[in-house]
Amino acid sequence: MHFIFEPGFFSSEPVHIAFVVGGVTAIVSAIVGVFTVVRGQSFAGHALTDVATTGGSGAFYLNISPLVGFLGAGVLGAGAMDLAGVERLRGRDVATGIVLGFATGLSALFLYLDTTKSATTGVSQQILFGSIFTLDASTIPLVVVMSVLTLAVVFAIYRPLLLSSISPDLAAARGIRTRLVGILFMLAMAIAVGLSSIAIGSILSTALLIGPAATSLRLTKSLCNALVWSSVMGVVTTWLGILLAYNSYYWFPSSQGLPVSFFIVALIFVAYLLSGVPGLRRGPDRRELAVPSAEVAPAEVI
Amino acid sequence: MFSGFMEHAWIIGSIVAIVAGVVGFFVVMRGAAFPAHAIPNGAFAGAAAANLLGINALVGLGAFSLAAALGIGKLSRRGRADAVTALALMLMLALGAAFLSQSTEYEPQIFSLLFGEILGVSTSQIWPVAALGAICILAVTVLYRQLLLTAIAPDMAAAQGLRPERIEMIFLVVLACATTMTVPVVGALLIFTLMIGPPAAARSFSDRALVALALSVVIALITIWAALACSFTTNWPVGFYVGSFSAAWFVAGRLYAALRRTRGSRQFRRANELSLAA
Repeated sequence: MHFIFEPGFFSSEPVHIAFVVGGVTAIVSAIVGVFTVVRGQSFAGHALTDVATTGGSGAFYLNISPLVGFLGAGVLGAGAMDLAGVERLRGRDVATGIVLGFATGLSALFLYLDTTKSATTGVSQQILFGSIFTLDASTIPLVVVMSVLTLAVVFAIYRPLLLSSISPDLAAARGIRTRLVGILFMLAMAIAVGLSSIAIGSILSTALLIGPAATSLRLTKSLCNALVWSSVMGVVTTWLGILLAYNSYYWFPSSQGLPVSFFIVALIFVAYLLSGVPGLRRGPDRRELAVPSAEVAPAEVI
Repeated sequence: MFSGFMEHAWIIGSIVAIVAGVVGFFVVMRGAAFPAHAIPNGAFAGAAAANLLGINALVGLGAFSLAAALGIGKLSRRGRADAVTALALMLMLALGAAFLSQSTEYEPQIFSLLFGEILGVSTSQIWPVAALGAICILAVTVLYRQLLLTAIAPDMAAAQGLRPERIEMIFLVVLACATTMTVPVVGALLIFTLMIGPPAAARSFSDRALVALALSVVIALITIWAALACSFTTNWPVGFYVGSFSAAWFVAGRLYAALRRTRGSRQFRRANELSLAA
């Protein structure tokens, strides 16, 4: 038994909190992530974590709650990305890049001001990598409430979101306001990403958003199945990663364990590679779910 | 402002701006903003690994950015390019975090790799950056037509027997090359911002590829010079000014394009885009 679960694993308070917060954020990220991947917005999803961390460092400087900083900056960033370029796929990535560049520039300024204000070090380390083991039990209710809200938004716009993700033209022809749906989804994504980057760090935030979703979309063609598989995979990799990280404190003589983010990302990456092995896919010639690609979009020129 | 350590900053800043202006033009034309962000950011894991093994940081940076470029190029053929790029970036960041957890000194190093130390550049750092920058510019000059044609008119490129995957792979390697040497000098943030903002603005200002390319370099130079001057005066980080000025250029470009579009020249743009590639 001790071979799998090192001593103290089940009685440790940080481990319990990590399991709950990690599990909840994994599910929300996985579900929002499926739409993110189908809509081809992985870059925006990742950029929002960096934008959110800008809010985190800004909140530290202004002495306001970091959560307000993370979520506020995420929502502002999502709005700016949407405003700067949503029509063209290629132009959208550039607009995302501009917002990302501006936000990281602001980050540099805030971190500089933080260090001149007080002698605190470790801020950028903490903000970048986060640690799921240093969470406070008081964050649990807030994480759960925000997660439920995010999922509620996604499921409320489920059908129009689905159609406008897979075929924007068809959705527009049916009278769906694709722009509005897109903005609502961006906001949901911003909250999900802001929440997960404050809870589990920005590396894990993007990995949990994109990894399980991209993997499950390679394994199944049905979006419903993809949502289920993605959530299951997100939770399993998170919990397994926490277990491995906990155990890794006993692997090295220096008692210097490896970070949780490393294990979870490694597990996700291996799963993604495995899902590409032809024998594991259902059907010999299964194409991935249709993605609105830059090449076919007739609006490209306008 | 123009003496001592600032002299090196002006020289290296100008070199980086020229390289970023040229390579960035193709980044924007090809919609490769995400790889342009992922490769320099992920390369930091290489520096962490080099630090742990006690070897030169440049070797680690080079190895990791090259591996990232090749990995993204290879995996993108069989999956969604943006999801693959995100996963590759996360894997490298996680590896970096793992390396850092095993070493003792990290905080200042991360900070300088992300945000750069352009004010602390030494003479010995100038030549390698200049040489590598020259190689990158040479590479995109030779491949100028292929890079644009595969991006703008994939059908035409295929008809001419060009292989888009191979061109993409070569371009990613050029990107890795352009970022490796510049990351330790100006930081991942600054090089990425310079590669996106000025070229995107230049593209809005002109439809002619060569004019846009030249404008991109000019705007990048103005941006870095203004940023250095402001940073020297106010003591705030250079990266903040580069980020703000780049965003301002982009907004100016979009406004200009919107203004011109209302005068009705839509047909022109398509014709121009195609003629420059042919």
